[in-house]
Amino acid sequence: MEKPGLTERIVIVGAGQAGCQLAVSLREMGFAGAITLLGDEAGPPYQRPPLSKAFLKGSIGSDALCIKPEAYFSERSITFRPASLVEKIDRRAKNVVLTTGEAISYDRLVLATGVRNRMISIPNADAPGIVYLRTLGEADALKAEMMSRRRVVVIGAGFIGMEFAAVARQAGLEVIVVEQADRSMSRAVSKQMSSYVEARHRSEGVRLEFNAAADAFKLDAFGRLEALRLKDGRDIEAELALIAIGVIPNVELAETARLQVRNGILVDDSLTTSDPAIHAIGDCARYMHPLYPERSIRLESVQNAADQARFLAGAIMGEVARYDSVPWFWSDQYDLKLQIAGLCGPTDTAELAGNPASGSFSVRHSADGRMTALETMNQAREHMLARNELKRFLAANADLAGKAPVIADTSIHIKA
Amino acid sequence: MTVITFITPDGMSRDVEAETGMSVMQVAKRAGIDGIIAECGGEMVCATCHVFVRSEELLDRLPPRSAIEEDMLDFTSEPRRSGSRLSCQIPISDRLAGLVVEIPGTQV
Ligand SMILES: Cc1cc2nc3c(=O)[nH]c(=O)nc-3n(C[C@H](O)[C@H](O)[C@H](O)COP(=O)(O)OP(=O)(O)OC[C@H]3O[C@@H](n4cnc5c(N)ncnc54)[C@H](O)[C@@H]3O)c2cc1C
Repeated sequence: MEKPGLTERIVIVGAGQAGCQLAVSLREMGFAGAITLLGDEAGPPYQRPPLSKAFLKGSIGSDALCIKPEAYFSERSITFRPASLVEKIDRRAKNVVLTTGEAISYDRLVLATGVRNRMISIPNADAPGIVYLRTLGEADALKAEMMSRRRVVVIGAGFIGMEFAAVARQAGLEVIVVEQADRSMSRAVSKQMSSYVEARHRSEGVRLEFNAAADAFKLDAFGRLEALRLKDGRDIEAELALIAIGVIPNVELAETARLQVRNGILVDDSLTTSDPAIHAIGDCARYMHPLYPERSIRLESVQNAADQARFLAGAIMGEVARYDSVPWFWSDQYDLKLQIAGLCGPTDTAELAGNPASGSFSVRHSADGRMTALETMNQAREHMLARNELKRFLAANADLAGKAPVIADTSIHIKA
Repeated sequence: MTVITFITPDGMSRDVEAETGMSVMQVAKRAGIDGIIAECGGEMVCATCHVFVRSEELLDRLPPRSAIEEDMLDFTSEPRRSGSRLSCQIPISDRLAGLVVEIPGTQV
């Protein structure tokens, strides 16, 4: 049989973790057709996790972030085009159109557009000193700001906000974290884990303000940030503000092309959208996972981006399977290594194992008597064992997928 | 400049100039060496930058494995051997000139 793709043209939109991995894996698996990797950022694809960790600390430089150097792409006949923003998909003509007007034809299109920062909409939010952290450029700017500022307020106690708080505190800044919810990282981790991490931040001298809502930024006579006004009327003085209040998936391309979208581009278990010639992978994709058949998920993690990319490359090369990689995640704050195998569900039973005072413990989540996730603190081995346990469970229950509703099914109501 | 030799799973070898201060993983990634994935970027959570150190004579010049590295090496895609290391945990120095590392057939 002829290898698939001798004449097939694949166009990938988004040259981040997922898009880059897809191009790499396709060639590794022998895909012989044309690959065009389009990214709106300048320069070669890079990894984001160190941006809020080692890179911000200064322990590694930007050249250590690159996933593949530019030469890699030309050596493997991958047309990599940085600084190319895709504006539109024409499904009938099967092409994508860049902002320059240039149209690029595809036989198969892959959307790997990721997410963007949710912007804060309170008065004076565009003043200098109010920054975000997602791209290398933003990380560079933040690093420079940290050198010249003394006091920083972080809005949002999610992973990025908390990781930044740790680095900023270790760099000697005064750090205050403001969060609307009653605890940190509340969407992803248990109460036990939040409080352990919060205790460490407090002992390092970070001030944490929960149940606190930002109302407005106050500026000095030169228009520079002076304080954050809270809804309860209190002022938090700061010359620098990092906004880390979450992200918005980049679904607009898909939406205007009338693909099914619901806070993420909807894909089935082969990562195909409602158009069989278009796939979506990484942070922008929403799908059903056989381990968690009760809800659709959209994950923002390296594991998800890389595993989906490798899976899709295999599927394009003719491997028949469903996407079911075990989700895992990590966050480094100070010398704490928080890891999650699986996904913690809102109604799961959470059980603590080990003594947090010893510095290493885990929280096991289960539903119907079966483990759904394991959170670990400084327990790499237990984390890896949990990943294997979830993998074994999936292998032993291959029929689970059949029971999970297929998300790209037309019966799903799309948000207007 | 220190030269590091990578032996890829197909038996080919490639010499790469390495800067002091980088890790073997970073050197491999920057040179676009196949088979060093390093998904986590050097934070010891993915074990996809596994290498087998071939240079017996340099083994005792490498920093000892940390407890986390030991744990992660038990979960590599290709089973660990005596020379197994996470390449993100080997910092380049003059003392490692001539280091030869072999890349396993699989990382995931
Ligand atoms: C500071 C920070 C720390 C993180 N830490 C961790 C961590 O510790 N662990 C972990 O697992 N994950 C972490 N993540 C998340 C992880 O980086 C993402 O999950 C991963 O990058 C997702 O890959 P992706 O390819 O889907 O999206 P991205 O890597 O974001 O790539 C998407 C790319 O598409 C481009 N794009 C979008 N629209 C268009 C268009 N129309 N035309 C052209 N290009 C377009 C975007 O500009 C971007 O370059 C972190 C993220 C950040 C920002």
